[in-house]
Amino acid sequence: MTSLLLFGATEGGLFDFDATLPLMAVQVVLLTFILNALFFRPVGRVVEEREGYVINTRAEAKKRLAEVEKLEAELREQLKEARQAAQKLINEAEQDSDKLYREALALATAEANASREKARREIDSQRESALNQLKVDSEKLGDLIVERLLSVK
Amino acid sequence: MGTLPFVLPFAELEVGQHLYWQIGSLRLHGQVFMTSWIVIGALLALVVVGTQKMERDPRGVQNLLEFLWDYIRDLARTQIGEKAYRDWMPFIGTLFLFIFVSNWGGALVPWRLIKLPSGELGAPTADINTTVALALLVSLSYFYAGLSRKGLRYFEYYVHPTPIMLPFKIVEDFTKPLSLSFRLFGNILADELVVAVLVFLVPLVLPIPVMFLGLFTSAIQALIFATLAAYYIGEAVEEHH
Repeated sequence: MTSLLLFGATEGGLFDFDATLPLMAVQVVLLTFILNALFFRPVGRVVEEREGYVINTRAEAKKRLAEVEKLEAELREQLKEARQAAQKLINEAEQDSDKLYREALALATAEANASREKARREIDSQRESALNQLKVDSEKLGDLIVERLLSVK
Repeated sequence: MGTLPFVLPFAELEVGQHLYWQIGSLRLHGQVFMTSWIVIGALLALVVVGTQKMERDPRGVQNLLEFLWDYIRDLARTQIGEKAYRDWMPFIGTLFLFIFVSNWGGALVPWRLIKLPSGELGAPTADINTTVALALLVSLSYFYAGLSRKGLRYFEYYVHPTPIMLPFKIVEDFTKPLSLSFRLFGNILADELVVAVLVFLVPLVLPIPVMFLGLFTSAIQALIFATLAAYYIGEAVEEHH
């Protein structure tokens, strides 16, 4: 009796097939279409957009990183060159100032020598003229002495 | 079976009784449709709420929906393959979600508090009509998937590696829906019955671990049904070389 009812011989039972079956199938198919429109499509769009966004952003970040590294290397190179240029300038300036110093020194020495020479020559000429004058004076004086002596006699 | 000889006020066992609705000459199991509408309503409410304001940084229910979507996509992709999974993902996902929510709804919601003139509310998947409907839909879909993708070459599958396989493959077409529907039906019904019998015999504490086990089986059954459906479709669209 129980098993008869269980297997749905007449009324009810576990294996009681009726119009529930096709209607349930129709319901599930409808649910599939509704969920496709309301759930799978929109969520899929959002998820795939995000995946695309992440991939793009990562690629861009990688590109930027490479760019930054290139720029850094370039800047480093420039810095090195600038340092070298500055060093060269400093060397040149030092050499220039050294040369200028030497020139000025040489000029000053030459001037000093010249003026010393000039002074010596002047002294010489003055001494000479003084000597001449002295000679002339002494001769005059001698002559005078001689004259006076002669005249006295 | 009806009611057992002695009746406690809160535990009563009813198996194989239905609330019949008569529409024209059609007879329907009313309690199955009532719970299935609640299940569908819950699913649609969740989906509508979760997809209201979708952003690139997911918040609230959107997280859950994206997790489900990802889970279903992985399931469909591994079983069906990269080429065809997109067409079948909604179907596989609907099967999974419908069965899962039905099973858990049947296990978690105290349906017994709602009195029906005949039969009782429970998981829609505990009714053989529902599971057979789902299984037949799976059969139709894998035939459709194979035929639409490969045309008549689909039938090469029946003689695939050797023609000796032909009778087995034909038998398989019948056993697939049979096993799908009976596995789901049997598990869910058995779970409900075990819980009901335990509640009937020992109304305190003891049924609780069994209820947890029931939640576990319910989830596993939903996953198995969806995975097998996807596998059958994948088998039908697979290219033999």
